[in-house]
Amino acid sequence: MKLDMFKKKDKEPKVKFTKKWEPFVFLLPFAIGVTIFTIYPLFNVIFMSFKENFVLLTGKYSSLGFGNFEHVMQDRYFIQGMQNTFKYVLVVIPISTCISIIIATLLNNKIKFMPFFQTAYFLPMVTSATAVGLAWKYMFHYQYGVVNYLLGLVGINPIAWLTDVSSNFTALCVYGVWNMLPFTIVLLLSGLQNIDKLYYTAARVDGASTLRIFFRITVPMLLPTIFLTMVVNSISAFKVFHELFPLWSGQPGIAYNLFTVVYYIFYQFRGLTPPQYGRAAAAAVILFIVIFIFTRIQILIQKKFNN
Amino acid sequence: MKITIEGLTKKFGEVVAVKDFDAVIEKGQLVCLLGPSGCGKSTMLYMLAGTEAATSGKIYFDDEDVTYMAPEDRGVGLVFQNYALYPHMTVLQNICFPLEIQKVPKAERIARAKEIAKLVQIDDYLHRKPSQLSGGQQQRVAIARALVKKPRLLLLDEPLSNLDARLRLVMREEIRRIQQETKVTTIFVTHDQEEAMSISDVILLMKDGEEQQSDAPQAIYDNPANAFTANFLGVPAINNIYGIVKDGKFHTHDGSAVIEHEACKKVPEGKKVSFAIRPEAIELAKDKANFKAYLVHTYAMGKEELSYMTVGTTEIRGYLPNGTEIEKEYNIHLRNKGVFIFDEETGERYA
Ligand SMILES: Nc1ncnc2c1ncn2[C@@H]1O[C@H](COP(=O)(O)OP(=O)(O)OP(=O)(O)O)[C@@H](O)[C@H]1O
Ligand SMILES: [Mg+2]
Repeated sequence: MKLDMFKKKDKEPKVKFTKKWEPFVFLLPFAIGVTIFTIYPLFNVIFMSFKENFVLLTGKYSSLGFGNFEHVMQDRYFIQGMQNTFKYVLVVIPISTCISIIIATLLNNKIKFMPFFQTAYFLPMVTSATAVGLAWKYMFHYQYGVVNYLLGLVGINPIAWLTDVSSNFTALCVYGVWNMLPFTIVLLLSGLQNIDKLYYTAARVDGASTLRIFFRITVPMLLPTIFLTMVVNSISAFKVFHELFPLWSGQPGIAYNLFTVVYYIFYQFRGLTPPQYGRAAAAAVILFIVIFIFTRIQILIQKKFNN
Repeated sequence: MKITIEGLTKKFGEVVAVKDFDAVIEKGQLVCLLGPSGCGKSTMLYMLAGTEAATSGKIYFDDEDVTYMAPEDRGVGLVFQNYALYPHMTVLQNICFPLEIQKVPKAERIARAKEIAKLVQIDDYLHRKPSQLSGGQQQRVAIARALVKKPRLLLLDEPLSNLDARLRLVMREEIRRIQQETKVTTIFVTHDQEEAMSISDVILLMKDGEEQQSDAPQAIYDNPANAFTANFLGVPAINNIYGIVKDGKFHTHDGSAVIEHEACKKVPEGKKVSFAIRPEAIELAKDKANFKAYLVHTYAMGKEELSYMTVGTTEIRGYLPNGTEIEKEYNIHLRNKGVFIFDEETGERYA
């Protein structure tokens, strides 16, 4: 008996030992990938942001310090980019969220056409953003665009969406909002479907109007999903960049009037000679901090709401 | 409020959930809608609430035809099986919500909510969210929310089914108490016959969407209209022995046992019937015996013993005095109450 017990005890740690290693072996390929393509570049960007006059190919730099940050913060293009980015986030997020909630609610109520609409709204997500952007470019066309045609129907004079500096930002926002809808609607729809129909029945028996049900039951119960989409969408809106390309063929607005932070980063090593890698990195670090703070604030607000 | 249901029918496509239902519910009664799962109880309730439209038939509240009236105009309070408390609102907000819809001023709203909360004894939890309450507390909140707008009719859909056995006993007494205090006409859906027997003034027994019987619980128990009713009520369940009546006596199909009973006279000779005996109708014969039974096993139940016997090849249950020796044959006498004969196929009652 005693011997048996000892035997068992001896064996157990060995089994555990090999088992302990196994998960790490399986993790290794993925861990290597993440290290090379995510963790290393992340830290490298942070290091790079402190290296002044950094040359990527040789790895040489003149000095270490906050010089890049100082330059970037005073650069009027960066300031303009930051302003445009904030304006974009603050315009696009509320509008796209509201439109998405309304469309998702309508879709959720009219279950008849559900499969069709679900496909229709999901389609933009799986089509190329550039192709969609080019389509918008034609829709915004001053003479032949469908947007001006529709405005004409209600008696509004045509607007030079893409070719007039004062309308550029609006055009970008319209396209940005539209881009954001499918993902948001799909998420909100799944959130709506998790709300038990019983709550609506209960409210209806008590005599609640459709509008009251929407504001007092649907929206509050959907709030966690709404917050989720707002956080995710804000992060992607802060990185507004590729939206500019199809609309103005690679320029930030018709007269370089729509610099955004990420376009500024891109411009530091695509538009300048020699490329300013250090400044680009510094701008990226600043954007990272801004997004981080913004997201924290959103989460704090959400927690407040939950109590 | 008196409720009259006339020929009420509800079809979901091919499925007939409620079929040609007639019933009258008197003012202030607590009525149980009892039946097996899927028999159309909830559908019935939702038609009364107005959230399901009747396919045909009429519903009257007092003398008013409400068949096509919108739910909000009917003045009914509805308690759902899983309560459907709004999870984002506190208990107080939940109870206030129906009043908020009626645009009752805020101060009055809160005063009325607190009053009703006291009645259902949840006034200590007013600022909690539903998720922070036990099942029994949630149920009280649901009842409070249904009662706060002073409904003419309170509808409860299996409100106790999510609770544990002990809490069910407590809560059904609570519902009875609250109903008696408020005197609101109440319809209570359940598939638990014991629950229905213990709290209701009247039981409406249904099966496959059709009404089987409606009467006071004891009256249904003592005088079932058909085999289904007899089988549905009672724990332990009624004993069924299948056979035919020949020469004024009941013979089991396999000929293993014979029962002599005057009720056999009321049965057409040669019809396949079920001889149904309530367990408490069974006693040891002093002189005149109805049949012989072999005692297999007993369970002590305090005053008496629940006894498993065989009549020929059929196993039956009854109550015998403590200390009755097992594995012996006894002469059994049947008391007057609790003996019925039903048609084996149609369930129609002969005696
Ligand atoms: N919306 C619906 N569409 C189609 N059939 C339905 C619908 N609602 C109920 N039914 C059917 O109607 C019948 C009665 O359903 P109901 O929900 O009223 O039963 P119930 O007596 O409440 O059962 P339970 O005790 O299980 O709650 C069932 O056969 C059910 O499948
Ligand atoms: Mg039901």
